[in-house]
Amino acid sequence: MISMIILIVVIAIILFWVVGMYNGLIRLRNQVKNAWSQIDVQLKRRHDLIPNLVETAKGYMKHERDTLEAITNARSHAVDATGSGVANQAKAESELSGAIGRFMLVVENYPDLKANQNFLSLQEELTSTENKVSFARQNYNDQVLVFNTKVESVPTNIIAGMFNFKQAEFFEIEDTEERKAPKVQF
Amino acid sequence: MWEAIRSNKRKSFWLIVLMALVLAALGAAIGSYLFTQNPEDGIFVGVLVAMIVWIIMLAVSFSSGDRILLATAGAREIKHDDAPQLYNIVEEMKIASGLPKMPRVFIIDNSVPNAFAVGIKPDRAAVAVTTGLMSRLNRDELQGVIAHEIAHISNRDTYFMTLAGVTVGAVIILADLFIRGMFYSSLSRGRRSSRDSGQLQLIIMVISIIVAILAPILTQLLYFACSRQREYLADAGSAQFTRYPAGLASALEKISQNQSENFTKSRTLAPMYIVNPLAATGKSNNLFSTHPSTEDRIRILRGMTSGSSLKAYEKAYQGIHGGSGILGKSTLQDSKDQGIRSAQTDKHEAKKSMRDVKDILHKAAGYGLLTCSCGVKMKIPKETDYSKVKCPRCGTVHGVPMEFLSAAAIAMSQKK
Repeated sequence: MISMIILIVVIAIILFWVVGMYNGLIRLRNQVKNAWSQIDVQLKRRHDLIPNLVETAKGYMKHERDTLEAITNARSHAVDATGSGVANQAKAESELSGAIGRFMLVVENYPDLKANQNFLSLQEELTSTENKVSFARQNYNDQVLVFNTKVESVPTNIIAGMFNFKQAEFFEIEDTEERKAPKVQF
Repeated sequence: MWEAIRSNKRKSFWLIVLMALVLAALGAAIGSYLFTQNPEDGIFVGVLVAMIVWIIMLAVSFSSGDRILLATAGAREIKHDDAPQLYNIVEEMKIASGLPKMPRVFIIDNSVPNAFAVGIKPDRAAVAVTTGLMSRLNRDELQGVIAHEIAHISNRDTYFMTLAGVTVGAVIILADLFIRGMFYSSLSRGRRSSRDSGQLQLIIMVISIIVAILAPILTQLLYFACSRQREYLADAGSAQFTRYPAGLASALEKISQNQSENFTKSRTLAPMYIVNPLAATGKSNNLFSTHPSTEDRIRILRGMTSGSSLKAYEKAYQGIHGGSGILGKSTLQDSKDQGIRSAQTDKHEAKKSMRDVKDILHKAAGYGLLTCSCGVKMKIPKETDYSKVKCPRCGTVHGVPMEFLSAAAIAMSQKK
């Protein structure tokens, strides 16, 4: 009788433990998802800003059609890549970052444009959006690291295996272009 | 980062338990003194009363503490369009820290640079900065300061320091009432203790007095120690979020150089600022300061050469103070190495003048701003009766935009 009770208690404890670990994994996975959607929001905002920026700059930068076209193209590539997987999207977005960086370098040669009130406020929005993208990415990678560590380590890995929790992908800057390109500086 | 928050919660929990015990002991001491005939009942009643006082104070500060503090500081809420840069920076740090909701942003009209955060929950928080801060700091520095405040919110410091502050307050009020009451009652009815007061009652009296004197000191020491540790942790959090410790370091330099005695007299508010305005001149750490000395904080931040993680902060701290560090092992459990980014602000960043920052306040208050070609800026109140305004410097006459005219003035201008 007593051994029966002990057995039931032990099973109950194990069950609670397993449920706790499972819930922990779910919570972490949701945090990863949430962090990813943050990146998406910021990338979308960046896509929305660029047409305005190009439109404002057009009037001042008549001789820089290549730069403007490059940034427009990079934007449309990035828009197309939305939802096509982490690696793909990261690549398109870092190309866009590179194009924006080059554009900002060129802007230095146009003092009139730099004095334009509309452009100034767009510039602040763009700087901030660039920051937000990288902070969101930073946060996403932090979350992925925590989640992946949990999925890999004993004893949660058993639960993760049983319920098919897969490691999440890091948002990495594959393209060396962004590293080479000067940072967006104002 | 999550480990840091959890370990912080654990520590804070025990701190509050300890403080509540001191409060209960004080209640017991007072009760047993007042009910001389029946000390056991006295202890019970005393503890009960102390807890009721505590709970009422907690209820008030949790339901409207943030509003009271912001009002005391004279803070005015702003939206994105009032001050895009400030609002954007707060949003950036909200994202970097993974807060669930955007904190509200406030500006305080004061030329002394400082900032604080309030909020009992991460999804009901607010950040307030002074106009002096906005006009003096560049983007990176402002980001460092905001990140420090956001770190306070995400570490739940704003919550626990409210809790701890209220407990200290309850202890001080009770002890104060007791000692004063005893002083006056001993003047008026000294006869009571004459005949039936035995040895026991004398002992109880002495113990009560000692507890009443020690309790406020003890809770305040606990509070201060905890507050200092949290400032270090928030500095470390700021470096971690921004990946740029130098931003906060140079911001702290500017803030500490520009403090003024007259900034605030509020003892509740003062410890919440990024640099305590009542103790800005203090050079060394002591038991009674709420913040580590600013020099020390700057030195640690400047010492972070290897990276911007919590671990790097701990290493820099050890490099200066030696010993076992300040953040503790459990906080650093899941901290990983991360690099330092390069400075973002370039030297050409438009210098913000105090005037530009004031304009933000005016805009937030609903004034219209009209800039004359000679450079003079005119403030137009809402619902003005004048459809034209003359520049006081060059005499050019400007039309007032429609949205600032009163109904009567609009009718007049249409008649013409």
